[in-house]
Amino acid sequence: MVRRIFPWLLLPMGITSLYLAFVVAPPEATMADRQRIMYFHVASAWNAYLSFLVVFVASIAYLRTGARRWDRTAFCSAELGVFFTSIALVSGMVWGRSVWGKWWVWEPRLTTTLLLWFIYVGYLLLRATGEGDERRARMAAGLGVIGFVDVPIVHMSVKWWNSYHPYVIGLTKVDMVPMMVVALVAAVLTFTVFYVYMLDLRLHMEHLRERTQILKENLLQGGMR
Amino acid sequence: MSGAGLAARGIAKRFGYREILRDVSLELEPGQICAIFGPNGAGKSTLLKVLACLTRPSAGEILWEGRPVKDGASLRAAMGMVGHGTFLYDLLTAEENLLFYGRLYRVGDLRRRVSEILERVGLGFAARDPVATFSRGMKQRLTIGRALLHRPRLLLMDEPFTGLDQAGRSLLIDLLREFRGGGGACLLISHDFAETLDVADRFLILNRGRIAGAGDCGAVGPADFARLYEDAVGQPPD
Amino acid sequence: MLAKSMAIVWKDVVVEFRAKEILAAVLIFAALVALIFGFAFDPVEHDLTGIFPGLMWVAYFFAGTLGLNRSFITEKQNDALQGLVLAPGDRSAIFLGKFLANWLFMTLVELILTPVFFALLNVSFKGGLLLAAVLALATVGFTAAGTFLSGLAANTRASEVLLPILLFPLLVPVVIGAVRATAGAMAGDAATAVAWLRALAAYDAVFVVVPFLVFEYLLEG
Ligand SMILES: Nc1ncnc2c1ncn2[C@@H]1O[C@H](COP(=O)(O)OP(=O)(O)O)[C@@H](O)[C@H]1O
Ligand SMILES: [Mg+2]
Repeated sequence: MVRRIFPWLLLPMGITSLYLAFVVAPPEATMADRQRIMYFHVASAWNAYLSFLVVFVASIAYLRTGARRWDRTAFCSAELGVFFTSIALVSGMVWGRSVWGKWWVWEPRLTTTLLLWFIYVGYLLLRATGEGDERRARMAAGLGVIGFVDVPIVHMSVKWWNSYHPYVIGLTKVDMVPMMVVALVAAVLTFTVFYVYMLDLRLHMEHLRERTQILKENLLQGGMR
Repeated sequence: MSGAGLAARGIAKRFGYREILRDVSLELEPGQICAIFGPNGAGKSTLLKVLACLTRPSAGEILWEGRPVKDGASLRAAMGMVGHGTFLYDLLTAEENLLFYGRLYRVGDLRRRVSEILERVGLGFAARDPVATFSRGMKQRLTIGRALLHRPRLLLMDEPFTGLDQAGRSLLIDLLREFRGGGGACLLISHDFAETLDVADRFLILNRGRIAGAGDCGAVGPADFARLYEDAVGQPPD
Repeated sequence: MLAKSMAIVWKDVVVEFRAKEILAAVLIFAALVALIFGFAFDPVEHDLTGIFPGLMWVAYFFAGTLGLNRSFITEKQNDALQGLVLAPGDRSAIFLGKFLANWLFMTLVELILTPVFFALLNVSFKGGLLLAAVLALATVGFTAAGTFLSGLAANTRASEVLLPILLFPLLVPVVIGAVRATAGAMAGDAATAVAWLRALAAYDAVFVVVPFLVFEYLLEG
């Protein structure tokens, strides 16, 4: 269903949100056009968190049921999460550079996002080097749970750590006029639809890959008999 | 069927996309030794791990004394296992290894029990030596002692003859007879056909994850067994 | 259940006493790092008091990771971990026992090394009881997260490289809390130290409880 309908949804949604972000939404008072990157930055950050929430839920479901489709879901969602986190980081850095002249500001949200990136790249590495299908799936699920539980704690501690500094930079301290809110919501929605579509495609691919393996296995066994 | 002992119904186990066990059912009553034969990779060790609740089956259920075993909590205290690994710590002495496992199982009057077991498996002389200095056969003796330490009622053994010398083999057979005499139930994976057929009551033959043959050890002579095995597996027992 | 954990702690202590692997390596490595910091930051020319908490904790966390890497190696040899899983009672007791043993080793290392750090880096010793509390609580968080991840990484081909990569991002709250609380304790600023100690305690609670709940699922197979 998703695979059939979502591509047709994505095209108009993408064009609409680009139009909203670059044409309809007015330039921001102090940052002018540079602020427009926010729509995509926030949309990808939101999707990163959504992806990792899915990893968390799927990991718990896998540990409880042992059903492989939960493991596949966690894996595919983690890949997408790392992808969105990378976009959020790069767009955050470009924004920081254009507004404050620095590639990296130790802003709590941006810093948390960087740590997220490390946690889930670690998750993918654990999957890449893990031994035994089932055991690897369980170890990954363990990390999928604890990694997500850590996110709010990391965020709080980075915030407190930052509050020691005289300058506190907020990336999202933007005076939003209604049209900006509309553009932001449109971008977030488009990215979310994109995420669901990609997740579905990726899951289908993994499923096919495993089916192929089973067929190969059966052929080999048949050949041996 | 009786409520006592161990029963498995319709056990299946998949690793990823590979089906290692298919629809395996068995029953094991107290005072019975059941041997499991089969070629390498047949799924024998996997079956034992499933029964020991070391790994969850993909389908089927396991009953212990008439009640379903879930994470094995009810079963573990009553079960002794000899697996592929020895479960021993190389840096601890034989005595310390047994003391450690005795504590995990809350064995009463532990020190006496430990020296009793060490004598029984013929390691009294090496009680204070680190396991790292042991030969393979000595380690295997200690492993068998470790499995019997807490007086289990169910014994799961995966190729327990590995590494044992002739004296060790007869010792193990004595211990198994003693265990059965005390009402214990034992599942025994083995490639030592003659010895195992001698000590066991029944046998199962596992091939490609299925039970492909079964029989009573008393009723089947060596020639019959060879024919049965070849029928089930496609090659003669060596 | 505590009896099972305690049996594991006893076993780990005896094994460590025989092998002296973890303690000796961690102690020597951390002391070496102190020496390297001395050359790199030059305590003769500069007063290192300001960055001392950071230097000390970086050394402890890096050195401690070496020890954590070894934690599940003895359990993997001979499938001993299977023996623990087969033992009756709660499987979470295995996590608790391994964690307590690691906490014990790490705290011992820190007790020995903290005076050495103060002396080598020419910083006058301050903090007293508050500092002891920081060491204890920060080490709980470090070893709880470390024990859990060491158990995960032990199942991979590259466990020694993977553990720090998995551990340090999760450890950031402990790094922040430990450094701030140590700085507070050394400056005699009890209010700051206690505030960060609370944060550390919260982290500790989460990282003891969540692995405790999850660990038993990881032990199957
Ligand atoms: N953890 C695992 N992951 C994937 N495959 C496994 C695992 N354990 C065993 N197998 C496979 O299951 C099959 C049966 O193994 P095993 O039960 O050890 O056989 P046996 O003990 O009869 O020689 C083998 O093909 C083996 O490769
Ligand atoms: Mg085997």
